Formats: sequence, C-alpha cells, structure tokens
Amino acid sequence: MKNDLVLRVVGKLLIPFILLFALYVQFHGDYGPGGGFQAGVILAAGMVFYALIFGVDNARRVMSDWLAETMLAAGVLIYAGVGLAGLLLGGNFLDYFVLDHDPVHGQHRGIFWVELGVAITVSGVMMKIFYMFASRGDANGEPEQ
Amino acid sequence: MSLSVLMLVRVRNLFAVIVLFGIYSFLMATVLVALDAVDVAMTEAAVGAGVSTVLLLGALHLCKGEEAKSIHRPWLPLAVAVSTGVVLIYGTMGLPDFGDPQAPIHQHVVTRYLQNEVEVPNVVTAVLASFRGYDTLGETTVVFTAGAGIIALLRRRKKAADAGKDDR
Repeated sequence: MKNDLVLRVVGKLLIPFILLFALYVQFHGDYGPGGGFQAGVILAAGMVFYALIFGVDNARRVMSDWLAETMLAAGVLIYAGVGLAGLLLGGNFLDYFVLDHDPVHGQHRGIFWVELGVAITVSGVMMKIFYMFASRGDANGEPEQ
Repeated sequence: MSLSVLMLVRVRNLFAVIVLFGIYSFLMATVLVALDAVDVAMTEAAVGAGVSTVLLLGALHLCKGEEAKSIHRPWLPLAVAVSTGVVLIYGTMGLPDFGDPQAPIHQHVVTRYLQNEVEVPNVVTAVLASFRGYDTLGETTVVFTAGAGIIALLRRRKKAADAGKDDR
C-alpha cells in the first residue's frame, strides 16, 4: 500500500487528528465519555494506520520496539505507583483522597495518573502485538536490537 | 445485526469473516449507544471494530485464507451452544425491566456512586478509576500480561527458527 497516493495524502491529513482525538479522549475522560482504555486503543490505531500506509519500518522509527515494550511495563508501574503514593502519604493503597490537601483535588489527581497509566499500557501492548504479527510475515523477522 | 451473524456462520472465506466481525462490532457499538452506554460503545468501536480487525488481518496474513473443513460433525457443540443460549434467555426473563428504578442494582451501592463525592462529572470514569481502582489495576495487569505473553510466545519461536537455520 506504500505507493497509493490517495491513502498517503488522506493518511497524512487524518493521522494528526486521530492522535489529537486520542489525547482529547484521554484528558476529557473526566467530563465526557472516554478514558485510558479508549485513548490507548485510539492512539495505537493511529500508529497502526501509519504503519499500514508508510510501512512498518517507518513506524518503528516513530515508536520503536524498545519504546513499546517500555510503555507496556511503565503504565502498570505508574498505576501501582499512584497506589503506593497513597500508602506513603498515609492512606490506603489506591486511596486518592490523601494525594492533595483538598480531598477532591486528590481524587482528580489520582484519576488523572491512573488513566494515564492505563493508556500507556494499552497503547504499548497494542503496538507491540501489531509489530509482532507484522514482522512475522517477513523473512527477516524482528530487527535485532 | 443478526444478518451479519448468519453471514459469519455461512461464509468460509476468512477475510470476509474478519470484515463481518468489524461490521458486527460497529452495529454492537450503535446498540450500546442506544442503551446510553457511550463509554462501552466507544471501546467497542475502537477495540472491536478497529484494532482487533487489524490484528486479525495481520494474523490472516500468516495463514491460509479459507477455513478448513471440520472433521467432525458439529452436532454436540451445537447442542451445547443452543442449550446454553436457551438457559441464558430463560434467565433474562427473571431480570427486572430495563431502566426500572426499583431494580436491586439501583438500590445497592449505585446511590453512593451517584452522590459523586469525587466530583468527576463522568460517573463512569469515577467508578472505573476511583471506586473500583483495584479492578482497573487488575485489568491493566491483564493487558500487560497479554502483551508480555505475546512477546514471550512469538519471540521464542523466532529464535527457535534461527537455531533451526544454524543447525542446517
């Protein structure tokens, strides 16, 4: 699909908006529908779209395997880290009320970081799975790191 | 929607099956919007119709495009599936009406959720990330485990293939 002019132009037009929409879904999740899971998937879908049109190798330059694998673990660590922060500040595990002087602000802060962790893990996993399947078709397989 | 399900059962070309899965997911998303579950509908559209279609196409790229004929007659699985479906439909008859304010589910913890002491306008996000933070941590770990499992499975096979090449 690399040489399809229509796809390349439409892709270049749409991909920034897909990524922007993912960020909107992520950070507007408190007020409207959306949240970490949806945002992570939309982000990964935008990247997969890019990889399909411009080739997996170009996509690897944007988001390398190393980055995807790090995101995979980093999201869970951020989530658990919010829980531990609650513990250290004198609350229970995953208790957000203690994260700020104002309990409600603490809740908002906790939800923000938790959703961010979810989004990072989900998009990392989706990208990694896509890379794994996409690179198995080639004779070369996954490039050596 | 039922038309696409019937087509799914009949069609043996796997490419058509994947496309029908995507169509089914979009129809499911519209049903969920009609039920006012916008968050779930969004997830269904993004995951079911978007990413999983792409991943299935990627998997299809690695195998043959036609479904193999099954060796056995599928009567026993069919009987199990149909009887399970009948039991489930029978079970739905005992449920309260849709949107009934007196239903038990609306009497228990939901009232506290809706008082919204965390003051996040989207109650779904409040429940998901705050009231049920443990659940969501578990879900995230499940996603992480899925990714780690995929890495473990596919990467080891690639190395095994390399080792096979070296032997020859």
